[in-house]
Amino acid sequence: MKGLMTVFYKEVADHFTSWKGTILFVTMVLVSVFATLGPQGAIAGLRTQLATPVQYGFGRFAFLYLFTTSGEMPSFLWFICAFLVPIVGIVLGLDAINGEKNNGTLSRLLAQPIYRDAVINGKFLAGVVAIAIMLTTTVLIVSAIGLAVLGIAPSSEEIARLLLFWGVGILYGAFWLGLAMLFSVYFRSVATSAVCAIGIWIFFFPWPTGGSLMSMAARLVANVLAPYQQVYTAEWVRNAGIQITASRFSPTLLFGEAISVLLAPGATTAKQTLQLLTASGALWMPGAPSLTQTLLTIWPHLATIGGITALLFAISYVRFMREEIRAT
Amino acid sequence: MAKQVVVETVDLTKNYDKTTVVDKLNLNIEEGDIFGFLGPNGAGKTTTILMLLGLTEPTSGTAHIYGYNSTREPLKVKRITGYVPEKVGFYDDLTASYNLAYTARLNDLPEDVVMKRVEDSLGIVGLSDKAEHQVGTFSKGMKQRLAITDILVKMPKVAILDEPTSGIDPEGIVQMLDMIANIAKERNMTIIMCSHQLYQVQRICNRVGMLVNGKLVIEGLLDQLGKDALGGGQLRIEVKLAETTSELIDCVRRISGVVNVERSGDLLFITCLGDLRAQIAKAIINANGLLVEMKIQAYALEDIYRKYFKEA
Repeated sequence: MKGLMTVFYKEVADHFTSWKGTILFVTMVLVSVFATLGPQGAIAGLRTQLATPVQYGFGRFAFLYLFTTSGEMPSFLWFICAFLVPIVGIVLGLDAINGEKNNGTLSRLLAQPIYRDAVINGKFLAGVVAIAIMLTTTVLIVSAIGLAVLGIAPSSEEIARLLLFWGVGILYGAFWLGLAMLFSVYFRSVATSAVCAIGIWIFFFPWPTGGSLMSMAARLVANVLAPYQQVYTAEWVRNAGIQITASRFSPTLLFGEAISVLLAPGATTAKQTLQLLTASGALWMPGAPSLTQTLLTIWPHLATIGGITALLFAISYVRFMREEIRAT
Repeated sequence: MAKQVVVETVDLTKNYDKTTVVDKLNLNIEEGDIFGFLGPNGAGKTTTILMLLGLTEPTSGTAHIYGYNSTREPLKVKRITGYVPEKVGFYDDLTASYNLAYTARLNDLPEDVVMKRVEDSLGIVGLSDKAEHQVGTFSKGMKQRLAITDILVKMPKVAILDEPTSGIDPEGIVQMLDMIANIAKERNMTIIMCSHQLYQVQRICNRVGMLVNGKLVIEGLLDQLGKDALGGGQLRIEVKLAETTSELIDCVRRISGVVNVERSGDLLFITCLGDLRAQIAKAIINANGLLVEMKIQAYALEDIYRKYFKEA
């Protein structure tokens, strides 16, 4: 345990003192400020909506609107889902192991009296904590801006939903971290592991206009498995079903759906959920589901993201533990 | 009284795929030894070290350090063994003292000891003024010295140094070697130093082992090795004469202790038991020979080294 904590402290300190960590941190802060306060950000969008005749009530979740609405710019939610969390996870993990190998520090580290898994566990844990700290900061910044500029205070349910969002965000970050670390265990070159992780990120990346490479691939699969001639037929429904199932292999989509339900519980259709991640903003329904209902809805999403993350980490773990240190 | 055996391997063998990298190695290194582990590149030195540290599993055979099995009790072995890998690396964007403190903490040193130990150790190698500099700004030689500092911070009973002098300028090498020798003496540390530079090993080691193709071809105390290797304590003396005659050769042959005389132009190669230079000179002069030059072939490890390297 001592070894694990030593590695962990060093890595956390590293994440926040290195250039890499500083740049990530500053980027996150800037993006969250911009998405909220920027000329086309959430608050500007909110003002426009307030100026026009009210189409959609804010319901019980006026405070959350800060996170989910968008002016011309995509919402904070989209930035978190598409950009910030994946990038932070990838950057913190991509040279975790092979960086130490190339640097010649791994053999020195492993010659110290610590269990070998202290290295990989400590690094993973440190990455998760760094993600948690960055996510906390950004959520607090957006909330502070909301309180200061709009003067709305969050209700207790909103706070609960934000806390859940924070937890889910960390889980999603852990997925990207685990993915990047997996490549860093398997590939000797940091460039290779970076390219692999970024490739997967691009594949899952949700475009601001909706869709992703993944969803295109899902459509392709659906069209092969269940071709249809006409819309509103049984084949069409089957095709759509396959498309949705296939798309949900993407943790980005799962995360996007989960946080949409959490932070914009009024949006009830898939289209609205999707729109939340894109430019068109939220549509609010008066009868939003309760927190318990929301949790029940997103539970499978969370379990899946958690499962994939655990699997990725387990593969890296086993590979790293079995790897033989060789003379070069 | 026999000294305690610190490092012991029994039939230690490592195969990678179908090549045997280390072949039934039997090593015995005693407490306080500075053991020079010689061998050409790829002889299996580093693989042996990795097995000693429990970082690589042997295919067969065992390795023990202070009685702890390297494969089964690697943590106990690593607690008392310091290791400087060949391509030693530090975290470039952290300071020298942070890098060393990290090692100290990984070794469970109490926090109040850590910084003191780091400062003292940096003082010994003369890097005190660089303590708060990032290691990325260090030269190769400074990094190698920092690697030695890493050992000082850990203060192990056994230190394994893999090519500790690679990449350093000649003067730095001498300093480094003397520093290693001093540390071994002052801290009563057993040291295993890998090298393919023979003179470095000769400078500080009291015992050497030479590994060629995974086999230990010679092993023993440095000053005994030369004699053994050149054929049961025999010497070769090279004599240059102004004119060589067969009578002269016969004269030399008659000296007791001379085993063989070979002639090559004006040169005579005399194989004898012991240093017979005075007797040979006298014999030649008594026979009216004109002695120009006489050389005794020193028992340099160099010859053995070359001999085995040629074979390898």
